[in-house]
Amino acid sequence: MIVGDSKPLEEILEMIQGKEKVLVLGCRGCVTVCNVGGEKEVGILATMLRIARKKAGLAPTVDERTIERQCDPEYIEELAEVAEGYDAIISIACGVGPQFMSERYPKVPVYPGINTTFIGGALEHGVWSERCQSCGNCLVHNFGGLCPIARCSKSIMNGPCGGSANKKCEISPDVDCIWHLIVEKMAGMGRLKELERVWPVKNWITSRDGGPRKRVREDLKQ
Amino acid sequence: MKSGSNLEKVLAAGHFAVTGELGPPRGNNVEEVRHKAHFLKGIVDSVNITDNQTAVVRMASWAASKILIEEGLEPNYQMVCRDRNRIALQSDILGATALGIKNVLCLSGDHQRFGDHPEAKNVYDLDSIQLIAAFKKMRDDKVFLNDKELDGAPGIFIGAAANPFADPFEWRVVRMGKKITAGADFIQTQCIYNMPKFREFVKMAVDQGLTEQCALLAGITPLKSVGMAKYMAKFVPGMDVPEEHIKRLQGVDKKKQGDEGIKIAIEMIHEIRETMPGVKGVHVMAIEWEHRAKEIVEGAGLLPRPVV
Repeated sequence: MIVGDSKPLEEILEMIQGKEKVLVLGCRGCVTVCNVGGEKEVGILATMLRIARKKAGLAPTVDERTIERQCDPEYIEELAEVAEGYDAIISIACGVGPQFMSERYPKVPVYPGINTTFIGGALEHGVWSERCQSCGNCLVHNFGGLCPIARCSKSIMNGPCGGSANKKCEISPDVDCIWHLIVEKMAGMGRLKELERVWPVKNWITSRDGGPRKRVREDLKQ
Repeated sequence: MKSGSNLEKVLAAGHFAVTGELGPPRGNNVEEVRHKAHFLKGIVDSVNITDNQTAVVRMASWAASKILIEEGLEPNYQMVCRDRNRIALQSDILGATALGIKNVLCLSGDHQRFGDHPEAKNVYDLDSIQLIAAFKKMRDDKVFLNDKELDGAPGIFIGAAANPFADPFEWRVVRMGKKITAGADFIQTQCIYNMPKFREFVKMAVDQGLTEQCALLAGITPLKSVGMAKYMAKFVPGMDVPEEHIKRLQGVDKKKQGDEGIKIAIEMIHEIRETMPGVKGVHVMAIEWEHRAKEIVEGAGLLPRPVV
């Protein structure tokens, strides 16, 4: 899923300064799963905004709404009747949300209420970890199912580098050396020999380096 | 003086400046650099040394710049943000100035998909405007981007590029203004062919007071042939080659098209110099045609170059 962090309340208050009628817009997709942008978080943020604005003697009008997905025009369309009646919309979806909203409703300023951080998964309740950098050419099966592109600080394909110590990365004792784990994993599977291959340079065209990406599926297009 | 470079002195003395361009070889062929440099000696005030232009790997621009210094020419070291992060950019300007380089041109750089290693990762840690500001900070405040003190600050004349023919047109002057605010001492424009549009661009720059704050040099590239003119018109993004130039080249014998292209370039320089006081010089980009740069500069009545 796409994981995000809530922006500090002060930052959001500053963004919407002078805006009377505000909508906090949630999304039932990834951000609901990672507890940062679903219906519950919409309620919490709206309440905090109302209290803060009331304290400052400002109009406390903050409406709440959560749609199925903010990355789908079909659900964005549900706001057609109301969107442009707001002075500000705070989207607490991933970075797609504020952009889809702004594109569809050009007259109303849309503000991001969260920071989109990474593609990852939950390790336990309340803990998420990065797993994918969307490089566009998945190679994890070669590395025991562990991605060196997303999980090695240097994205090294022929690791581990000389900074690996006690299974940890040189940047921090809180960061696993994924290459240490790859070596252990491959050894456990009796596949260590495969890691002796000198990996040639990667083609980054499929990644963000090749420019903004777009996919057209002719089989699905109507 | 910020750098004491020849280009800076020529401009400060009020002369109409002339800069040239030299593309390093696709190998470590030193003789090739010397050979090309020889054609530009005494013809231009400073020579831009391109930095892996069109994202094709070439000899490092700082090294080719150093060779130019050895040959008695003044380089204008081009640096792109595509291939280096802030650590390398700052390190390279320190190294370059230590070698005697005094001018730098800060560019974003062509995307690697245009070049000969399209599969490469890119950097773009800084953009060109941030790079200008970083170098100004290093020069004037004598600190790195992180505010830590430098043990020797780079005395550098900072350049930037502007393309009056890219879109959206009205924004181009504003963006050039941002480069000047960030710290650009001089601006070299993209190749000019559409003179009315360039005139409009210069007028806007003059009206906004930009040409008083920064030396604007007009980019001139001679059209070698009808083929080149058509190619640039059609395939080079942000290039505006009006039909009249193509027709004019078509009107002469194929062997004479190059001469006609040089004539057009000379006429354009005259027109710019005589009718656009906001423009302080020309940047003559005779790409892979260095041996003909002299004809252009001489034809425009800009020789000999001032000794300052």
